[in-house]
Formats: sequence, structure tokens, C-alpha cells
Amino acid sequence: MTHKSIPTPDSFTLRIDGTDVVAQVGQSILEVAQDHNIGIPTLCYLEGLTPWGGCRLCLVEIKGSGRLLPACSTLATEDMDVTTTSPRIERYRRTIVELLFSERNHICAVCVSNGNCELQTLAQEMGVTHVHVPYRYPTLLVDSSHDGFRLDHNRCVMCTRCVRVCEEIEGAATKGVGGRGIDSMIINDLNEPWGESDTCTSCGKCVSVCPTGALTEKGTTFADMAKRRERRELLPYLTQTREGRR
Amino acid sequence: MTPDELSQLSVEERERQQGFEHCLNVCTAASCLSSGAEEVKKGLTTAVKEKGLREKCRIRGAGCMGLCSSGPLVALDPEDVLYQHVGVDDVPEIVESLDTQPVPRLLCDTTIPFFQRQKKIVLENSGRIDPERIEDYIAVGGYRSLARVLTEMDPDEVVQEIVNSGLRGRGGAGYPTGLKWGTVAKATGAEKYVICNADEGDPGAFMDRAVLESDPHRVLEGMTIAAYAVGATQGYIYVRAEYPLAIKRLRQAIKQAQRLGLQGDRIYETPFRFTVDIRLGAGAFVCGEETALIASIEGGRGLPRPRPPYPANHGLWGCPTLINNVETFANVAAILREGAGWFSSIGTEKSKGTKVFSLAGPLSRYGLIEVPMGISLREIVFDIAGGLPDGKSFKAVQTGGPSGGCIPARHLDTSVDYESLRELGAIMGSGGMIVMDESSNMVDVARFFMEFCMTESCGKCVPCRVGTYQMHTLLDRIYNRQGTKRDLELLSELCEVVRETSLCGLGQTAPNPVNSTLRYFRDEYEERLVSDGVRGPSGDPLAQVEMTP
Ligand SMILES: Cc1cc2nc3c(=O)[nH]c(=O)nc-3n(C[C@H](O)[C@H](O)[C@H](O)COP(=O)(O)O)c2cc1C
Ligand code: SF4
Ligand code: SF4
Ligand code: FES
Repeated sequence: MTHKSIPTPDSFTLRIDGTDVVAQVGQSILEVAQDHNIGIPTLCYLEGLTPWGGCRLCLVEIKGSGRLLPACSTLATEDMDVTTTSPRIERYRRTIVELLFSERNHICAVCVSNGNCELQTLAQEMGVTHVHVPYRYPTLLVDSSHDGFRLDHNRCVMCTRCVRVCEEIEGAATKGVGGRGIDSMIINDLNEPWGESDTCTSCGKCVSVCPTGALTEKGTTFADMAKRRERRELLPYLTQTREGRR
Repeated sequence: MTPDELSQLSVEERERQQGFEHCLNVCTAASCLSSGAEEVKKGLTTAVKEKGLREKCRIRGAGCMGLCSSGPLVALDPEDVLYQHVGVDDVPEIVESLDTQPVPRLLCDTTIPFFQRQKKIVLENSGRIDPERIEDYIAVGGYRSLARVLTEMDPDEVVQEIVNSGLRGRGGAGYPTGLKWGTVAKATGAEKYVICNADEGDPGAFMDRAVLESDPHRVLEGMTIAAYAVGATQGYIYVRAEYPLAIKRLRQAIKQAQRLGLQGDRIYETPFRFTVDIRLGAGAFVCGEETALIASIEGGRGLPRPRPPYPANHGLWGCPTLINNVETFANVAAILREGAGWFSSIGTEKSKGTKVFSLAGPLSRYGLIEVPMGISLREIVFDIAGGLPDGKSFKAVQTGGPSGGCIPARHLDTSVDYESLRELGAIMGSGGMIVMDESSNMVDVARFFMEFCMTESCGKCVPCRVGTYQMHTLLDRIYNRQGTKRDLELLSELCEVVRETSLCGLGQTAPNPVNSTLRYFRDEYEERLVSDGVRGPSGDPLAQVEMTP
């Protein structure tokens, strides 16, 4: 699946940050950028899952379009002129990260994912050192009813990776989103304790895709969580199997 | 049915109606119903029966007559008399006086600007026909445009006619309707769909409900013409479940149209077929957004998705889909009947035709109005609505609901058209228009709309989900005299981020009410601020987030 610069009948060129790059028909802007080592921050995106377009961190400028568009869910087209960063975009991205920190209770010092958290990494990379908006400090539950895993709503960023992996890869569709707006929550089945779910296969895929410390294995240590990253490599393989089945 | 049979039916029905000496139209739209119109109608029916006048007098339930502030309304045909605030007690007197002078006590003056300054296209039949009888619609020329379209015009010609008319979407954004039809017509797909958006979610707005309750066939005819133009065979009307009367009348209307061969296979005995089904809205405001609406019809959670691709190319079940608002479709039959030239002669250069508004606030008269584009806000507020009673003074008019803005007195002479309203930081919107007097505090108004957006946000994207919450918190803080200058700056910054980065129109426009009140009524924010120092200028450090290097 490498198609960096070999022109094929299905390839075309576009400009990203002033450089001409080759893309394949059907690729998103993000996929093209990643093929050419152009970094665009992402959070809800995960290779192998249907793009969601919810975190808005991957927004890029496209010449001629009045609005910023999400690179993860916008198809690359011929002669597109994409700018992946600017002071304005960076300011927006930083504010979005701040909004995420303010939304729930992200207390890194006591989190098993400390050091392995994508939210934390994003904040560091973007130089977010202060949260300018008021913290919300919601009172949220921790669901420890499952034998092997834990869901801590305090650390969830509602990226829905767990929902998508559960439905698209595992085929169990245990995880879903309940409520709406600021009250949205990840739920199991029809909002039951995770341990009582009859659809959950305990495969652990949701835990392995979670970018934060919201989904964890019980009894894990910091070092164990570091391994999670590696397990994510599993996903592209799983996607291929899934596509083969169709 | 053939077009000739339609004309025949139309003539017969008109003759039947002319057989009555009097026709008493009782408004049975939601607002009059809630003030007792059904009882009045029953009372009139009984009285007429008891007096043995059934051959002479027709009592007809009709759609909205507009002046909801004076309901229940009863209109007399052919006398052209309008009675207001009619109660059951008034019934004997009304029936008694049918052959003599009207009852002066109940008379509503129809020469006032409320009636004279309006221009009715969408509402031309509203209050004049029985929405529950297809024959009534056919008697006033209904379904004739469809006959002409199917027998005399190519689909391209229909699209071109809509392009020439200059019609723009009435659901809020004002996208050129002809252009959209053309895109769907050109798109390729196994199937194509036509969807009528009747999810009307702006608080206080009821234009679409009134159209559906008063003249449902008009919307069906518009959709059918659209289906022919774009090449669709299946249509859906997505209606709010909170509109039971509109749903009932639509169901009835669809059955009647099927019975007469105006829906289903071989419409007007041509090869064209088209069927409309009703889908009930899930009750969330965001389901009115076109991609969320489509997801909801498909049976999923009503969440918006990024566009492009637009529904015109990739809509319902991935097929090309035309989605228009109720009022947009309600203009179509009239445009084809009177011609694009006629339609485009009404209004301004870029905004053609009329717009229906639901007018609310401390006004002498309020209700449902239809005005030509280009009319000034002043004419609407002071002529049509008769200004503010009891010496109250005008402060602002809000258009566009939670996506719109507040326009102050000094801009009252602005023309009502898409561009002018947008320049003022408001929008045409779908037709909500709320007038406010001196007693309204603009920070409070902004807070009200932000609360609406916050509770209606679907939560899919971060800037809208958390941003509306934060903006609401800041507005609340400022309103309660606890906000600082820094809070106000932060509010403005969040307005920009949420507008620029949200996924769908809800988030993108949620800051509008704040921006417009900040633009025209900044002093109302500033006078509530307390001095800085409560919180440091640089905000809370990410203290809890002790990051490992
Ligand atoms: C949050 C949100 C709510 C909306 N609600 C409605 C609605 O209730 N009715 C409607 O016709 N359009 C609504 N729209 C606009 C639709 O997405 C779409 O643009 C419209 O139905 C297109 O029809 P038109 O071109 O005839 O206006 C809404 C848009 C947003 C972003
Ligand atoms: S639990 Fe984890 S993967 Fe699931 S939505 Fe929350 S942050 Fe994302
Ligand atoms: S802007 Fe608001 S309503 Fe629209 S997708 Fe984002 S969260 Fe949902
Ligand atoms: S990564 Fe594209 S919106 Fe989240």
C-alpha cells in the first residue's frame, strides 16, 4: 500500500504546503499527507476505522473553499491546494485541546496512561500549557463492572474510536454513544454496566484503541499501557481481513 | 386521471361550491384551535343544521389566516367579512346575521396594513381552502402545474424555469434552488430521492407547520414536480413528531393524491411514477441539518457528517438526493403556473419572491405573515404588526433564531433580503422573527440562544459540544455580574473558534446571537463586568496535568 510517487492511472497530483504530491484516487487528504510525512494532528482518526470528523484537530485550509475542512474525512482531489498549518489554524487547534481538557477531569498525575496519552502528547506538541476556559469539573462515574477492563468517563474525550472498533472490526456493537451535547457518554448496549453486557466479547479492542486513560485493563501498570501502542498495529491487519470478507 | 379529467373535477367542484350562498371558513390551524376554533366550528355546524340552512351554508375548516393574535378567526365568503376573537357564544348572532348586516362587534378591519402589505404566494390558499379535501385544492387550480409539467415539459426545462425564477432555499441558507435541482438532475445513481425538510426546529417558528396544516397538497405537488425534474421516484417528508395535525393532514393528502392517480404509478397516465412517504423526526434540532436528517431516515442516530460530499451527489442510501425546505417546495407550483418571469419580478435583485415569517413579541398584531422580499423591517414591525402597544419602545428584532442575530432600531430601514440581513450579522433564517422592547436585556437574549444551542448540540464535534457549554458559562457569568474583561475577550475568541471549526451549521452559527449583540449592544455587556483579578489574565495553568517529560 505504498504509493509515494509512482504515477499510476489512478494517481494524480495536488499541492500540500506548497509541494506537489502524488495521491491515489479515493485517498483522504490525511492519508496523502501521511504518505509524504507531512504531519497533521489527529485525535478521533485511527487508521482502519471509518473517519469520524469529530475532534476537528485535523482541519486544513483548502484554497477556494471558504471553510476549513477535516483532512481525515475530505477526499483529496486533483489540483487541490492544501495548507496544513498557519498561526490561525494552530490557535484553533490549541483552543480545541484546551476545551477537551476543560470538559472532564484529566488529572494526569494519577492516570495509568500518563506518558502514553494522545491528548497529553497533543498538548505538549502544541505547547498548550494553560487552559484559558473554566474547568467544568463534572461528577462522572467509573464503570469497573467488567472483569478485565475499566471505563473511566472522567478521561474520555468522546473520540468514538471504541464505538467504531467494536462495531466495525469486532462486530459486537456493544459500545455506543448515549445522551447528547455536553452530556454525551460512552455507553454499553442500552446503557448497562459493562460487566452485564451480553454482546461484549471481551476482546479488548476498545481498550487498545482508546487514546487516553478512559479505557484500561484492570491491574495494569504504566509500563503495560506503553505496550498498547504496539497492539494498535493490529488494526490495519484486521481491516484487511474485514475488507476481504465483503 | 388525465389532465382533462382534472379540469373537469375542478369545474365541478367550483360549481358545487357556488351552490352555497354563504361559506363560513373557520381557521383550524394550531393557534386558533388552541383558542377554541374547533368548538366554534362545531357550534356553527349545529346552528346551521338547526336553522335548516345546510343547503345554503357551508361550514369549512380552513388553514391559517395569519392574524393569530386575534384568533379564533372566521371568514365569510363571498361577503369578504372577517370575524375575530370568535367564541361559541357568538355563534347564534353570526348565523342570524348571515342575510343581513355583519356583526359589528366581531368585525376585523381587513383594510389595515396587516392584510394590505402582505403578498401571498406560499400562503395563497391558506385560510381559503379546506386542507383536508383534495377537491378544494383542485378547485383553486391545484395540480394543474404538475399536469402541464408532465405533459408539456422536459425535466431540463423544469430545472431551467426554477433557475430563471431565482428561487432560493427557504430553510435558512438561501442556496439557489435551481442550481441544486440541476446538480441532482445531473448526478448519476441507481436511485434518486427527494426529501422535504419539515423538521422546523427554531424556537417559536411555525411557518412550515402552518403551510402543512393549511395547504398540504401544495407541498406534495412541489415535491412531485421536483421529482420529475431531477429523476426521482421516491420522496420523503421528514416531519417533527411534535406536529400531529400536520402529520395527520399530510397522511390524508397523500392518500387522496394516490386515489386520484396523482401519486404512485403512471401519474396523469404518463410513465412517470413517484411516491411520498412520511418519516417522523426524532425530536432533536440538529436532525433538521440535512446530513443528520438523512442519517435519521436511514435509521441511524441523527448526527451530521462532514460535507462534501453533498447530499445532491451522495445522500440517502448513498444516492443523489434533493433536499429542500417545505416553503421552498410550496413556491414551485406557483412558479410553474405564473412563470419564472412573474416570480422574479417580485423582490430584490438577488432575493426573489416572498418570505413567510412567524412574527412574535410585544406587538399590536402578530402571527403568520408573507411579505415580498425587499420590504423593510420597519414596515413589518410598524405597519404590518402595528408597532408596539402601550407606549413600549422598540429595541431590536431578532431573525434567524439560534443561528441569527439582533438588529437594532437604527437599522430598521434595512431591506429584508438574504444579503442585507447577513451584512448586519443576522440571517434570513427559516422565518422566525421576534421583536423585543426595552425590557429585554441583550446579554440575556444571547444567553437564551446559547443555552438552546448547548442543549441541542449533538456532541459529535469538540468545538460545538464543549464550546457552546463554555460560551454559555461565560454569558451566565457576565449576566450575573461576575464576569471580567478577560471573560468577555475569551467569549469573543471562543465565538471565532466555534464558528470556524464546528462540523455543522449548528455550531458554525451558534456564536451569531453573541456576535450580533456584541456588535450593537456592547455596552450592555460592559456595564455588567467586574474588575479583573478574580482570575489571573493567563487562565488556569494546566496544573493538574503534571506531564511526564
Ligand atoms: C442545525 C440545523 C438545523 C436545521 N434545521 C432545518 C429545518 O428545520 N428545516 C429546514 O428546512 N432546514 C433546516 N436546516 C437547513 C438544512 O440543512 C438544509 O440546508 C435545508 O433543508 C435545505 O433546503 P432549502 O435549500 O430549501 O433551504 C438546518 C440546518 C442546520 C445546520
Ligand atoms: S472511551 Fe476512549 S476510545 Fe472510547 S470515546 Fe472515550 S476516549 Fe475515545
Ligand atoms: S456542530 Fe454541534 S450539532 Fe453540529 S456536528 Fe458538531 S456537535 Fe453536532
Ligand atoms: S482526526 Fe479528523 S476530525 Fe478528528
